[in-house]
Amino acid sequence: MFITRILQNDRGGQIMLAVLALVLVLVPVLNLLVPEGSFLHMPTYLVTLLGKYLTYALLAVAVDLVWGYLGILSLGHGAFFALGGYAMGMYLMRQIGDRGVYGNPELPDFMVFLSWKELPWFWQGFDMFWFAMLMVLLVPGLLAFVFGWLAFRSRVTGVYLSIITQALTYALMLAFFRNEMGFGGNNGLTDFKDILGFSLQADGTRVTLFVLSGLALAGGYLLCRYIINSKLGRVVVAIRDAESRTRFVGYRVEHYKVWVFTVSAMLAGIAGALYVPQVGIINPGEFSPLNSIEIVIWVAIGGRATLYGAVLGAILVNYAKTVFTGLMPESWIFMLGALFVLVTLYLPQGLAGLVKNLKENRWLQNFSRRAQA
Amino acid sequence: MLKTYDFTHLLLLSVLLWLCPPLHAEQQSATLTQAATLFQAADFNKTREAVDLLAASSDADVVTYLQALLDGKLYQDKVQGTLVIAKDGNTGDELRKIPTNNSLRKYVRGAIGQLSLSHPDAAVRLKSANGLLETVTPEMAEQLRGLLDKETDPAVKEALSLGLAMADLNAADKAVRLTAIESLAGNLHPGVRNRLTTMTTDSDAEVAKAAQAALKTIEDTAALYGHVETLFFGLSLGSVLVLAAIGLAITFGVMGVINMAHGELIMLGAYTTYIVQQLMPNFIDYSLFVAVPAAFIVSGAMGILIERTVIRHLYGRPLETLLATFGISLILQQLVRTVISPQNVPVSNPSWMSGSLEINSVLSLTYNRLYIVLFCLMVFALLYFVLRKTNLGLQVRAVSQNRAMARAMGVRSARVDALTFGLGSGIAGVAGVALSQLTNVGPNLGQAYIIDSFMVVVFGGVGNLWGTLVAGLSLGVVNKVLEPWAGAVLAKILVLVFIILFIQKRPRGLFPQKGRAAGD
Repeated sequence: MFITRILQNDRGGQIMLAVLALVLVLVPVLNLLVPEGSFLHMPTYLVTLLGKYLTYALLAVAVDLVWGYLGILSLGHGAFFALGGYAMGMYLMRQIGDRGVYGNPELPDFMVFLSWKELPWFWQGFDMFWFAMLMVLLVPGLLAFVFGWLAFRSRVTGVYLSIITQALTYALMLAFFRNEMGFGGNNGLTDFKDILGFSLQADGTRVTLFVLSGLALAGGYLLCRYIINSKLGRVVVAIRDAESRTRFVGYRVEHYKVWVFTVSAMLAGIAGALYVPQVGIINPGEFSPLNSIEIVIWVAIGGRATLYGAVLGAILVNYAKTVFTGLMPESWIFMLGALFVLVTLYLPQGLAGLVKNLKENRWLQNFSRRAQA
Repeated sequence: MLKTYDFTHLLLLSVLLWLCPPLHAEQQSATLTQAATLFQAADFNKTREAVDLLAASSDADVVTYLQALLDGKLYQDKVQGTLVIAKDGNTGDELRKIPTNNSLRKYVRGAIGQLSLSHPDAAVRLKSANGLLETVTPEMAEQLRGLLDKETDPAVKEALSLGLAMADLNAADKAVRLTAIESLAGNLHPGVRNRLTTMTTDSDAEVAKAAQAALKTIEDTAALYGHVETLFFGLSLGSVLVLAAIGLAITFGVMGVINMAHGELIMLGAYTTYIVQQLMPNFIDYSLFVAVPAAFIVSGAMGILIERTVIRHLYGRPLETLLATFGISLILQQLVRTVISPQNVPVSNPSWMSGSLEINSVLSLTYNRLYIVLFCLMVFALLYFVLRKTNLGLQVRAVSQNRAMARAMGVRSARVDALTFGLGSGIAGVAGVALSQLTNVGPNLGQAYIIDSFMVVVFGGVGNLWGTLVAGLSLGVVNKVLEPWAGAVLAKILVLVFIILFIQKRPRGLFPQKGRAAGD
């Protein structure tokens, strides 16, 4: 079978996908079929929370594809995520129709508030679901393509690239904060009512979104694994390890880079589009450079260049974030900061690498070797 | 420009100081008695005559009376008819206030102005000459000409000739008007501009045309000074950018270390200023002189600590360094939030930083911006000196160019690394002191500058201090030039986009490093 061939040598991926499949079956059952009040019943907010983690995991997979395998540390992937989110948010805004505060069937509330007369051209078409979904893919993809085409062609690499990706998301954040941009300014897009006619408050919709997020994660994972296993994937890894040599061997390095970067951005866009209906808001804060760097740390903690490590890292870090911001909000930032430092210093392979080392019983040897050095 | 009431108050003050002897009704001179009779008529025309009479007299204290009349403090004894300047609450039944109306007050103001034009103190003359511009009439032209001939002080002379030209604008003779207009061309006094604007609708076509031409010259000159002001704003913003980026130019440019905690080192410098000011609340004016070295030490020590504990282990792995130092920046921010306060803290400006240097009526340079530019240049020069002329600088450059060879020559590279990082961090702290004078000091201060700083360094070319200076200043100017028509946020976005595109074109910045050291 196709999937088994993709996952042939990917033990971690097999386990991860198996667990994911189990969760995708169990959660809807526990939420919808187990009656409320039973201790096995899963409250809807928890389903949504898990769904949010799954979209983050997909985002982390997208980052791992470019960072782990292509060697591009993108500090701007949050921008692609947010753009996908905004595309979905615009569709959801149009679905509100005349149920907004001002009751204008054509214009979203914030436009009425800014006393705009008609829908700007870039909002046209977003009342159609298929169009919005197309934009979820196209907008981040196009931005990544143009940006990558410019950057990779002129051989901007390493730290320079990281910094200009950061500048990219920073510039977008500043732009989206402006009211004149027509994306709701500071408040962003919110107050969504329903999607494709299903109320966003309903348990069924929430569970469906959760399942879709899980399926998107599985699909994204398989796609990335497929790319990496393909001949193209071999070249990609070669570029990461010895870019000049790959170029001299005769590969058009920039084509490979642009291609993978664009795919990764589209995956991030999908993650954003699934994230927005679940959390119910998208605002320019999603573009903040801090968010993008946080994504990188999920991947670093889980383990670079493993894909399943990215999933693990995203879910673990966000679970920790949920727990600790609830228990002791002050300490979370300290912990996050310490995680950045400790993981880069002591766990360069992340948790996945740790597991691998432990299994192969090399960890202690490595440790003593480092102590001697 | 001085508003008229400011002027009259100043005038009153100076006149009162000048006329120390107390005024008593009994000592009133002949002129005053004569005026008093006219006042008694309680007729505005008569009052005007009385003012003329007073203005024409050579008595020294008439100004006081006129001023009192203007302020509504001049009273007259109902029985004896003597004039009394009332202090507050000193009015009994026997005193009658001398009534005035708007046109009369204007008239009195003019009279006072003319009187003080011949005041012995040049400063008073200058003030009244400036004040004249609003009220000048053609009849005063002759008098002004006379005064101008006698005047010796150049500033007063200038103000008087301006007043004269303004007076001539109303002259009946067309030729005089035209000459006056010509002489006013390029003058930036706001009064002149208003006056000329009204003259563009003059009934005489030639005069109107001349006025229009003169107005255009004035507007061009004003626009020119506007550009100079924009340039100055740009340079001061650029200096802030250079200050913030120059420490990074050392740690990133010379050592190749991506220090995302650089912004937080700036923030620590700003907080050091706050703490220094808390420790010496009575000497705010001197606090900055203490804060600069203190901030250098605090941030520098923190930098060395970071280098020794974290960055040392990550040399040659720039992306990991980026992540680890980002973690440090989070910790430092949260530390400040927990230990000091999550809110912004107040940092006061020393008195010598406030105020502005007035070049002319449209261009004035605020001192704090001026000092920032100077401070930036000083820091730059000092840093340049350290890197070029000292032993440490030599070692830093040696290690950054070829670590192995430098070590072989006996340079203790680990020590040099720590010191270089400390130097860059210390400069960041000094930048924090400067920033504390310009923006709010809060835990997020550093974050606002980190991306800008990287942009400046990358734009200027890594490893090149001059590049950083040129890049910072030019980005500042470009930003301020774009601001008027694009708005502050859009200008910033445009600059960011410009840099992103620029890096595509020249990946190694404005001034790329040449030779072997440039290899990656």
